[in-house]
Amino acid sequence: MKALITTIVQPLVDHPEDVAVTVKEETNKVVYHLTVHPEDVGKVIGKNGRIAKSIRTVVYAAGTDTKKRIYLDIM
Amino acid sequence: MKQVTASGQTVKDAVQSALEQLNTTEDQVNIEVIDEGKKGMFGLFGAKRAIVKVTIKVDPVNQATLYLKEVARFFSEDVAVRVKRDGKHIYFDLSGEKIAMIIGKRGQTLNALQHLVRVMLNRGSQERFRVTVDAEGYRDRRQQTLEQLASRLADKAVKIKRNVTLEPMPSFERKIIHSVLQDNQKVETTSDGTEPNRHVVIKPL
Repeated sequence: MKALITTIVQPLVDHPEDVAVTVKEETNKVVYHLTVHPEDVGKVIGKNGRIAKSIRTVVYAAGTDTKKRIYLDIM
Repeated sequence: MKQVTASGQTVKDAVQSALEQLNTTEDQVNIEVIDEGKKGMFGLFGAKRAIVKVTIKVDPVNQATLYLKEVARFFSEDVAVRVKRDGKHIYFDLSGEKIAMIIGKRGQTLNALQHLVRVMLNRGSQERFRVTVDAEGYRDRRQQTLEQLASRLADKAVKIKRNVTLEPMPSFERKIIHSVLQDNQKVETTSDGTEPNRHVVIKPL
């Protein structure tokens, strides 16, 4: 799942080397925390959060076969 | 992106050395001359080496195809991507096992994927591409469903003499509804609300 997030995000930013994902497991959900280079924040959020929404849609869809709920936190 | 900066006695030498490092040929790269260099006096004093920056040209459409393939791999092992290019319109067709997962409810995952590919493809490039991501003819099937839905709801609007509001849809799906009902003299269609909740309203006349 971590790999999916980096695969999606890296081609969208100017500093792919600064894309990092950390995982935090909680009782009912898994929280993925995505951080990017400060200059790239706008590129992963998009106008009105459209890009962020698309990223979440794809990630949540890929995570349907995992037992826990997935939550993607950006920045 | 793959690029190297190389130097040489002349620009030509520098380019040659860069091409060797990248293991490619001159027609597949962009060359940017940073410093033309100077011969110097008797080739001894004040000589400056030529510096060039050589970047491998990448085809954005190829990049996007790879991107789609990589992302699709997380859904299912074997997803094939076919690409059709019609001027500025790039059409990607996905097929394979578990394709329903990639389409999602009412195509929402497919639409999200389409949006990401469009953003990626148009990022940092001057030309703008139109992108369609399809999966096993989903877009065609959806169009037929929407056409039927449109005529059915138009009849309903006329019968109950009330406005009929449809669920929110992306612009290209609303367009299908509008164009089906364009020639229908009994109803009028408008779109209401703001993205992403913009939806079609069918009004009886």
